[in-house]
Amino acid sequence: MGRLSVELCGIELDNPVIPASGTYGFGYEFAEYYDINILGTFSFKGTTREPRFGNPTPRIAETPSGMLNAVGLQNPGVDRVISEELPKLKKVFGKPVMANVSGFSIDEYTEVCEKLDKEEQVGWLEVNISCPNVHGGGMSFGTDPISAAEVTRAVKSVTTKPVIMKLSPNVTDIAEIASACEEAGADAISLINTLLSMRIDLKTGKPLLKNVTGGLSGPAVFPVALRMVYQAAKAVSIPVIGLGGVDSPETVLEMMMAGATAVQVGAANLVDPFICKKIIDGLPEVMDKYGIKNIRDIIGGTRL
Amino acid sequence: MKQGIFTLESNIQLTDSVFEMKLRGDVSDITACGQFVNIKIDGLYLRRPISVCDLNGDILTLVYKTVGQGTEKMSAMLPGERLDLLTGLGNGYDLSASGDKPLLLGGGVGVPPMYLLAKELKAQGREVSVILGFNTGSEIFYEKQFKDIGADVRVTTADGSYGTKGFVTDIMNEKPYSYFYCCGPEPMLKAVYKTSETSGQFSFERRMGCGFGACMGCSCKTVTGSKRICREGPVLRKEEILWED
Repeated sequence: MGRLSVELCGIELDNPVIPASGTYGFGYEFAEYYDINILGTFSFKGTTREPRFGNPTPRIAETPSGMLNAVGLQNPGVDRVISEELPKLKKVFGKPVMANVSGFSIDEYTEVCEKLDKEEQVGWLEVNISCPNVHGGGMSFGTDPISAAEVTRAVKSVTTKPVIMKLSPNVTDIAEIASACEEAGADAISLINTLLSMRIDLKTGKPLLKNVTGGLSGPAVFPVALRMVYQAAKAVSIPVIGLGGVDSPETVLEMMMAGATAVQVGAANLVDPFICKKIIDGLPEVMDKYGIKNIRDIIGGTRL
Repeated sequence: MKQGIFTLESNIQLTDSVFEMKLRGDVSDITACGQFVNIKIDGLYLRRPISVCDLNGDILTLVYKTVGQGTEKMSAMLPGERLDLLTGLGNGYDLSASGDKPLLLGGGVGVPPMYLLAKELKAQGREVSVILGFNTGSEIFYEKQFKDIGADVRVTTADGSYGTKGFVTDIMNEKPYSYFYCCGPEPMLKAVYKTSETSGQFSFERRMGCGFGACMGCSCKTVTGSKRICREGPVLRKEEILWED
């Protein structure tokens, strides 16, 4: 294993850097800009049973040190993801990919996972029970430990691939949800999804987002994400993937010290399409600066 | 798409709220008029998309209107400042459809992308007509620049303080044209869509996250399915447009 490599649910990653779902499409478009095989892996665009256009526009807004989005899970639907997107990805990415799955019912989660389970290129299923921008699904499963456990159990029963439950920060007690997923058989958890948020245009008196509310991401959420990763990692013994505002080698290391085995990079990809390459290239030097020999050695190494 | 550092050469005020910025840098990825660049601005998180107005050697001209935080900050920038730009974004106009007598319609801050388009169509030997629409005489910019490249230029103002009183659509069918290209506020685009007698292309504006197709923030529905304004757009053909309301 190289000094950047980590293991995630039995699969070795060359490095812990993973572009987050919804900020990296199905990967092949970023392959026009750099060789995406340098990544640990990436999590592809949240996939549902049916094709979705998503929410009306505007569905993006600026906010200090971050952004709001209410895209609402636009995706071509699982069948076209398998028939059109994955073959395009295969040409440019030779590693196992993380398949991100969303749903509006337990049936939908299991149906989509069952289909993606058969895809050789899928290494992990990341089950999003935390999207704040859809109604009657998404986040409602991730804000209640009983529902979160139900989705976890249902998905685990239809796949042999590692299941990562993606959790919402919009809860009172993250440790309780994390533990519920672990007890229900989750192989890992990832957090945080975006924070439910809102902005109003003073000129018009209208919300900046047509959907009224959206999810906050970017550096603004990093300290919140770090705190929740720390709390969740203390509560479970399965791997935790940390995300939320990560945009540099330093924030990757901080997330890992808080307890993350791997780290996802989200909003930063939208501002700098080359950010993941820059982070991966920059990690060894920053590790040297802090006397870190192997990156896996610092996982959960916060000293109190 | 390319990421590059550009140096600000000049940043001059054209009207109360419209500025012309000239930047020097690597423009090799800008392959079509009607494309845009996405500018990183200190103190703001998301980049700001601005359409390409002109290209001369390694000098990129952007003409923008101050409408919010991003463009306000741009208007205060001084020569010598360095800016991080993503260039070569969007599809741009398809010139091959123009025919011999293309008509270019620009409304307000939709005028700038028409300039490079007019220059390129002239270079191909087309007989280029331009109609520039503004609210009032004090808002007019680039009329002379279009005349200098030999385009037939007409101006309309909504209040009649300069040129023809009314909208670009009031006079667009006065002279024959083979095809049209159009950029401006959405009500103008809709009016041109209804009034036009030929096929044409429209450039759209949307609030964007990334500007290069990753976030799906600027999607719109078209006859041929969902398109990202930043990637499959900003230029859409008349035949594929579905108006939202």
